Amino acid sequence: MMIRFYLDGQLVEVDVKPTDTLLKVLVDKLGLTSVHYGCGEGSCGACMVLVDDKLRYSCLTFAASVNDKKVTTVAGLLSDHELSPLQKKFVENNAAQCGYCTPGMVLVAKALLDKNPSPSDEEIFDALAGNLCRCTGYVPIVKAVKSAARR
Amino acid sequence: MSMSNYFVVGKSLQNSSIVNHVTGATQYIDSITFPGMLWIKAVRSPVPRGKIKKIDYSKAEKIPGVVKIITAKHVPNNYHVNLAGLGVGPPDEPVLPEDEVNYKGEAICLVVAKDEETAAKAANLVEVDIEELPPVLDMEEALKPGAPAIKKWGSNVFMFGGGMDGATPPSSPKRPYFLVKRGNVEQAFANAYEVVEGSYLIPPIEHAPLEPHICVAKPEPSGKLTIYTPTQAPYFVRDNVATILNIPASNIRVVSPHVGGAFGAKVDPEFEMQVAVAAMVVGRPVKWRWTREEEFTISTTRPAVKIELKDALSREGRILGRKAKLLHDAGAYARTSPYGVIKSTVNLSGPYNIENLRYEGYCVFTNRQPSSAMRGYGVFEVSYAVELHMERAARKLGIDSWEFRFINAYRNNQVTATGRPIDDAYLIEVMKEAAALAGVKLPPHLLQLSS
Repeated sequence: MMIRFYLDGQLVEVDVKPTDTLLKVLVDKLGLTSVHYGCGEGSCGACMVLVDDKLRYSCLTFAASVNDKKVTTVAGLLSDHELSPLQKKFVENNAAQCGYCTPGMVLVAKALLDKNPSPSDEEIFDALAGNLCRCTGYVPIVKAVKSAARR
Repeated sequence: MSMSNYFVVGKSLQNSSIVNHVTGATQYIDSITFPGMLWIKAVRSPVPRGKIKKIDYSKAEKIPGVVKIITAKHVPNNYHVNLAGLGVGPPDEPVLPEDEVNYKGEAICLVVAKDEETAAKAANLVEVDIEELPPVLDMEEALKPGAPAIKKWGSNVFMFGGGMDGATPPSSPKRPYFLVKRGNVEQAFANAYEVVEGSYLIPPIEHAPLEPHICVAKPEPSGKLTIYTPTQAPYFVRDNVATILNIPASNIRVVSPHVGGAFGAKVDPEFEMQVAVAAMVVGRPVKWRWTREEEFTISTTRPAVKIELKDALSREGRILGRKAKLLHDAGAYARTSPYGVIKSTVNLSGPYNIENLRYEGYCVFTNRQPSSAMRGYGVFEVSYAVELHMERAARKLGIDSWEFRFINAYRNNQVTATGRPIDDAYLIEVMKEAAALAGVKLPPHLLQLSS
């Protein structure tokens, strides 16, 4: 079946099977580098995207369900090749080592700050709880989110 | 020289890849694809040890989109050992098993198909008739006389010495353990005021990198082969693939652009050889993406290790001698374990001066998933055991454990367990700093000491 959706601001049309996950379509069919397979069962958050501004695990989302919707990956946060303020804070705080979990971390932080521009530490920990990191460590990630928040 | 004169030391530098990371531009292997690329799924052993009686591919081959089923007969030179380049041998691991399986999940054959789903569907339809054999799952059991021998050479241990471990000369005697000895350990025990024994266990630990194993192999029109893999050891991959394909290493190019975490999990070429064989047989690019479940159950772990320590102590708190026996669970195949055992065994003194010692390190084979390097390979396990043992010994003597460590700490002009002279000892200085940071007040007679 053909579906169409806005991917990071661009309209794309792609032929998918009803059983294809959004992750599979984004990586294997469209060749995206900004979503990552980590577990395939919604445990690690490396595959996170925003669907109509709501956080979704793309490994648990059927591609067909995003027809006519807006899908945003971390690459879509750039404007005119400029890093968003949140991405700049991740850079300043060295909040990425291998980088595999980073797109999910940035999107979770974005979703949190869009809803709650000055979160408490507890609220930041809660928001990041669904995203696993194995090498950067959470301290610089939490610092980056805090420094991007309105204080 | 003050810290400010250094360019790097003492400064926090920016990760050179970080802008690509935060914008999702970093290319890991997962997003590398080629036109006409095929996919692999493995048929895996349901039992830890067994004889392969019969494999029936007929149903799998009928699935539309299945291109080839790869078995041991497609591998030009099936047996290999990871560290052959360092002189380790003999080769003990098949790329794909010929007649027996030695751990649960071992790949029996590979289905190559047009996409991942088709390969998975066909792999489920391959019928394998295996006669289950009693497995060896415990190191102590593996060493007992009469235990089923899982290695072709008739035992469950790696033979060190004879130049086959990458560390000893060809003239050295062969032994079922790696031996480190110094001084007269029996005399030290005869003179002991107190003897303290301890046994320390380390479980296997999964590295769990966020990026599971993934590899693409692409045969080039020139006859060469390009392998894209997030390996920590591209030369191990190149050399082992060259060995099993029986082609010169110069015909293989290994590309490892970005690694999504590894921690030692990606040191062993554990599946690149299988992908390489598949690509050469079908003559097309082939990709294999391991699932998270495969990452946990098939990829290497830190080895399970058992360390037995026995110290002869003087009344004043000196370690007069130490006997140690270390068992390292290699799992089913040698991989990097002989090296790991050597590293552990030579470190069994810890950072302490022990003049009389005898250390035996065993590389034990069991029917478990192969183990390999993980952060601080070989040393972490030993440090855990040695430092616990230091506490135990100090308590037995009724001496403060800080004092006990200061008494036994390496000093300059002493030698290590293997006889290397020490000229850069800093343990005493480090312990003074550590005590200050931990808020421990050391007595003046310890603060006066230096290395």
